[in-house]
Amino acid sequence: MPEPPTMKPPENMDAFLKGLWRENPVFVQLLGMCPVLAVTNSVINSLVMGLATTFVLLMSNTLVSLLRHLIPKQVRIATYILIIATFVTVADYAIQAISLEVHKALGAFISLIVVNCMILGRAEAFASKNSLGKSVLDALGMGGGFTFAVLCLGVVREVLGNGTFAGISLFGPNFEPWIIMILPGGAFFVLSGWLLLFNWMRERMKGNEQHIRVKQVLEGEEVTE
Amino acid sequence: MTGEKGPGSAKMIATMGGVGLMAAILIVVTYQITFPIIQQNKTRFLEKSIFKVVPQAETKKAFTLENGQLVPLEDEDANVFKIYACYTDNHQLAGVAIPASGQGFQDVIRILYGYVPEKNAVVGMQVLESTETPGLGDKIEKDEDFLVNFKGLDVRLAKNQDRLLHPIKLVKAGQKTEPWQISAITGATISSRAIAKMIRESAEKNLPLIKDNLSNLQWEE
Repeated sequence: MPEPPTMKPPENMDAFLKGLWRENPVFVQLLGMCPVLAVTNSVINSLVMGLATTFVLLMSNTLVSLLRHLIPKQVRIATYILIIATFVTVADYAIQAISLEVHKALGAFISLIVVNCMILGRAEAFASKNSLGKSVLDALGMGGGFTFAVLCLGVVREVLGNGTFAGISLFGPNFEPWIIMILPGGAFFVLSGWLLLFNWMRERMKGNEQHIRVKQVLEGEEVTE
Repeated sequence: MTGEKGPGSAKMIATMGGVGLMAAILIVVTYQITFPIIQQNKTRFLEKSIFKVVPQAETKKAFTLENGQLVPLEDEDANVFKIYACYTDNHQLAGVAIPASGQGFQDVIRILYGYVPEKNAVVGMQVLESTETPGLGDKIEKDEDFLVNFKGLDVRLAKNQDRLLHPIKLVKAGQKTEPWQISAITGATISSRAIAKMIRESAEKNLPLIKDNLSNLQWEE
């Protein structure tokens, strides 16, 4: 479906901005659901996951873009995975060095960034075809969008499920936490809540324009019948 | 397969090899930089836990088991059975920190508990590693009502010093009547039971050993 004509920001800016909102990897593309559902039970975990993923995305996009003329088409996926896995390992060690507790809380999900299809997807769909600058902006935009999305989930889940925000108690000792929110089921509820909200907003933002157009077509058909 | 693609294959191998080499160098460099910091973090966390489970402890020494005797361990990082004797600032034995582990709800839980031979009691417990369910099972780490169980858990030995006089028992929350009982966390019975079982089994095995070796554990310059 053709995009409705809007005021387009300059192309480079667009590479950055589209990841944040219009093509948000979580809320629009529904990519990387595994970490989104699994580690968003607290604000800190979400933030670290978001930043680690952004770091890996940034580094892999940079390298893939730099090597895009050198990598033969037949082995590109294997090469991308190798690059991604390297930076995931680097991120894994770095998080262990910064905070053992956060590393324990995130457990296997740091290593599983390797198979976050968002990262391979950006390498294949964007970085391998675009210049370094644009790929970096794309990675920052997509990483930012991903971090924003996991934080959206993490904040709601921790506040409702534990009565705290980043470990700071919000409601005092009499608050009865909604434990379901920090259990896996809560992740689905919160994700669907956000999806509902964002899709509704998107529909409104796309403008009634499209609705009007559809309406006109339908009415037109009715007339011909 | 080989040679059929001519120069193509060579280029593919070169690319994969080149990227692989770069990856290897990057990982080794990161490992070298972060390894000492990670080790330091781990040691610091263990030390903090030891001093937490044995109140009044100021210094510690690791001991290991050799021919049925507890002997000082030279290399504290060695991967062997270890207990930690803790001393007050005037070199009195304040207690012993003993690591234990067992199967929890999700995965193995590792804990450390403090034992004071004079009091015949467990005086503290700290979870070192666990992947229990957030919000339920992980209460074993911070739930005040649960942790208070380990502030004076009776682990007296039977007359011939080879087993506990009253084996540690898990009871429902709020039904603790005896000092050797642990009251469970509502909604996290499996995790609570795992901790009780771990301490019971570890105590059955280690406390007679510690009692026999008390003289070995005293401070020595």
